[in-house]
Amino acid sequence: MTSESALSNAPPRHFRNDAVAARARWRRNLRPWLFLAPALVLLGAFTFWPVLWGSYLAFTEYNFLTPPRWVGLANFEDLLQDPVFFISIKNSLLYLLIVPAIQLGAIVLAVLVNNSLPGIRFFRAAFYTPVVTSVSVVGIMWGWMYNEQGLINAVLRWLHVINDPVGWLSDDRLALFSVMAVTLWRGLGWYMVLYLASLQAIPKDLEEAAVLDGASRFQRFWRITIPMIMPTILLCTVLSTLSAMKVLEEILIMTKGGPVSSTYTGLYYAYDQGIRAFNFPRALAASMVVSVFCLALAWLNFRFIRPRHR
Amino acid sequence: MSLRTLLHYAMLIAIALVCAFPFLWTLAVAVGTEGNVFAFPSSFLPRKPSLDNFIEVFRAIDLASYYWNSIWITTWTVVWTVLVCSLAAYPLARYRFRGRAAVFTLILATLMLPTEVNFLVNFITSAQLGLVNTHLGVILPTLAGAIGIFMMKNAFEEIPQDLLDAARADGASELYIFFRVMLPLALPQIGALVIMTTVTTWNNFLWPSVVLTKSELMPLAVGILELSGTFGSSTRVIAAGAILTIAPALIVFFFTQRFFMRGMEGAVK
Repeated sequence: MTSESALSNAPPRHFRNDAVAARARWRRNLRPWLFLAPALVLLGAFTFWPVLWGSYLAFTEYNFLTPPRWVGLANFEDLLQDPVFFISIKNSLLYLLIVPAIQLGAIVLAVLVNNSLPGIRFFRAAFYTPVVTSVSVVGIMWGWMYNEQGLINAVLRWLHVINDPVGWLSDDRLALFSVMAVTLWRGLGWYMVLYLASLQAIPKDLEEAAVLDGASRFQRFWRITIPMIMPTILLCTVLSTLSAMKVLEEILIMTKGGPVSSTYTGLYYAYDQGIRAFNFPRALAASMVVSVFCLALAWLNFRFIRPRHR
Repeated sequence: MSLRTLLHYAMLIAIALVCAFPFLWTLAVAVGTEGNVFAFPSSFLPRKPSLDNFIEVFRAIDLASYYWNSIWITTWTVVWTVLVCSLAAYPLARYRFRGRAAVFTLILATLMLPTEVNFLVNFITSAQLGLVNTHLGVILPTLAGAIGIFMMKNAFEEIPQDLLDAARADGASELYIFFRVMLPLALPQIGALVIMTTVTTWNNFLWPSVVLTKSELMPLAVGILELSGTFGSSTRVIAAGAILTIAPALIVFFFTQRFFMRGMEGAVK
């Protein structure tokens, strides 16, 4: 009791205030984390955990029933034994051909719609429509287009370009390029919007000054427009390179890797091994290889297409 | 009209036709009931037009339940995305606290990570949590998106500090401020987030197709492939199904275009 009264000799209000203040401070410090908690838990479980656990599982043997067993590089050695994996990586790299096509196409589209002609909003919307169409329906529609009895062959025959039907998806030399064209068709509008935003941010007086100086349309495009949108070109090149490396849905819906494994891509191989064959370690090893390629390509992009500062 | 303008329009129309070609043909085939569907150009002019194919598709597959699943999944995804993203954005926009920069970097990092391959491990996780073949399993992994969080963060940063101070001086709790001051003032950005989430969720294919194996749980974007895989479904019926699948997203898009054109800008910055 004496000790308590001794304590009470010290200013008691101050003591209580201290405790209250500490609790208040603690609550104030906790508050932001309570707001952040749902997002952090979900990101942790479905975005960060897959990267960490996936990187670990790639080096194990794992079949759902027993705990994963460390096997070192065995899964990667298995990959090297599989000729289909080589086809997949080769196709993923071949798919990069789409990157310059997307940049060129999207810049042309953006320039074409960067004005206030009557009806221009309609055209912008029309070019964007494929982007807001579900990939499954895109796949079904293009399946009809590419069918040997399908629309594209019918049009070409009508134009007297061909006599015999072309096997757009059934010819193993053509199939990958046919799917690439669909990826292009469905992606252009998205990149067009990015370029359009960047074009509209170019100060008007820059263009006007160049006109006064007698610069031709062509000169203005190369000397003003292109340098001004260079950051967007870099961004779009990186984004389209990465998405070309990770093409999966179009393949899954249109060809399932066929004919004769000619349209396997890196990520479709991972899907096929994981979700169809339930060989998750091999699938994850394959997806790690794809990720390494992605990192390398992103690095190359930043290295070589750097916006020029002056 | 000058020759240059004419040429400009000619190019715009030509490209629009390439973009629209598969859509126009699918629509014409779905509406028509007679003739060779692949004949060119006659298949673009539907003969004996009727809505029979649109009725038939409801008989051929359980389109009504696909529709319901899509509506259910989209509605809850939108509601929870807005809530989760704005809750996370509020402290990032308005509080100073230790770890803020780290959280910010962490969320930014999700845009750099190769998340396209996450579906493999997420399938394992979902299986262990009992989320396979549940709509919750479809919804959960998509809720906390970096783009959504950044959109809401930008919105909250624009709100004047005076309003918050006044509310706090009146003794309002932080939750009250969040729901009654911040959210109402961020309505335009919430609208943009709602529209973009609606369209992406409606169209989402890969993850729902991985986590749902039972046909009766599938959303339209996945179920429509069941129809095209069904032996004996006619092209016209599948075309009608395809039109019904994409129509809602396209209608939303056409009425809210500017959100897409501006929303992307925000995402890039």
